[in-house]
Amino acid sequence: MDKSDLRCQGPLYPRDKTLHPKALTPDYKSSLLRSPKMTLIPMSNTLSEITGPVFDPNILGEFDSDLTKNYCSGKQIGIGEQIIVHGKVFDENSRTIPNVLIEVWQANASGRYRHFSDSYKAPLDPYFGGCGRCVTDQNGCYSFRTIRPGAYPWPNGGNNWRPSHIHFSIFGTSFAQRLITQMYFEGDPLIKLCPIANTIEDPASLKTLVAQLDMKKTIHMDARAYQFNIILRGRFSTIFENKMDGN
Amino acid sequence: MHKLQRLKEIPSQTAGPFLHIGCIPSQIGLNTLGGIDLGSVLLSKKTKGKRITLTGKVFDGKNIPIRDGMVEIWQADANGLYRTSETKLDGSDLNFSGWGRSHCDFESGSWTFKTIKPGPVMMKNGKWMAPHISFWFVARGINLGLNTRMYFSDEHSLNEKDPLLQELKGTKRIRTLMARKIAENSYEFNIYLQGKNETIFFEI
Repeated sequence: MDKSDLRCQGPLYPRDKTLHPKALTPDYKSSLLRSPKMTLIPMSNTLSEITGPVFDPNILGEFDSDLTKNYCSGKQIGIGEQIIVHGKVFDENSRTIPNVLIEVWQANASGRYRHFSDSYKAPLDPYFGGCGRCVTDQNGCYSFRTIRPGAYPWPNGGNNWRPSHIHFSIFGTSFAQRLITQMYFEGDPLIKLCPIANTIEDPASLKTLVAQLDMKKTIHMDARAYQFNIILRGRFSTIFENKMDGN
Repeated sequence: MHKLQRLKEIPSQTAGPFLHIGCIPSQIGLNTLGGIDLGSVLLSKKTKGKRITLTGKVFDGKNIPIRDGMVEIWQADANGLYRTSETKLDGSDLNFSGWGRSHCDFESGSWTFKTIKPGPVMMKNGKWMAPHISFWFVARGINLGLNTRMYFSDEHSLNEKDPLLQELKGTKRIRTLMARKIAENSYEFNIYLQGKNETIFFEI
């Protein structure tokens, strides 16, 4: 039995609610009728929360992590600024997590989604679908290549524009770590104006969703890189690790 | 020994109205990722256990079914064992994934899973949890995914002994966790986000 087995056994740290948006955030109108009114009932983690789905990296197709190519199976390339989005997945104990499934979706360079319910008049890109996925490697690293998504207006009662963003769906090792979030781009002036971004009250917490331009990974004459590290909930130490950490 | 640096979880953001693109692409005609959506099939012919169908809707504060949301479930196999990558724990049915994902129908709002009835799950303290299924719901307007549990209303004696249900005993809201048997091997579990029937959501 190796150490990685042991570290997976503890319950999760309680979620720090100050990092997350509240359920009811009136400036984001859709939350009005969809936010529970009663407070969440805390429950102790059982196996049902500590375990979680397991994904075989063999589910991935050749172009799954390359959104510039996957809509046309590599025969055509999506229109717009090519970027690389990469990072590592950690837990709150600073440990990298391998085999994490990450799914992404986004608008095209014009700010239009390939979805029947997107009514924005910006054009669809015939070469861009807008979805991708990958699984973190043994060091917890992931990487996508994509087109930088455009900003777009949305109906929320005012002149609201979403900043450029990529949706992330992330599976850790526990069902209780399940998370969906959005990644923003460094320097985008729309972030601070966005009612959805601003559902996060803590500016330091929001900042962790803002990917930073990464010139080290930027490929000359090809694609700029953005770094976005993902932190999932951590777990209490096992007895074995208590001795190590002294906590 | 060095003390590990404590990081903070990144915050949640709503899945928004276009979550199908990334999570359930084939349902909107996108076959970019192979045409079979993850979580759409839990079973194979070899899966052990009693086949059941689960359906339901998620209602908003005006009692209108949500049609742009997504439900995920996580459950034990017929013997009450969870699929896990921690091999020493895993004696579970390898022909059962335990994890399912369904979108709310674009017209009716109904979600559906074809799965098996989970067995009771033994806890580390030796007590037994009644058969149950963990639910996670995301949609436009939901800032942080909602967790709840579904129990089977026809499992009276096991439900009586379930530690979580025992803790909740005395609250009328406990009934919001019970799936209703609507036909042989078929259960309905409606989720209410607000109002007098508001479902119990857990901080897990």
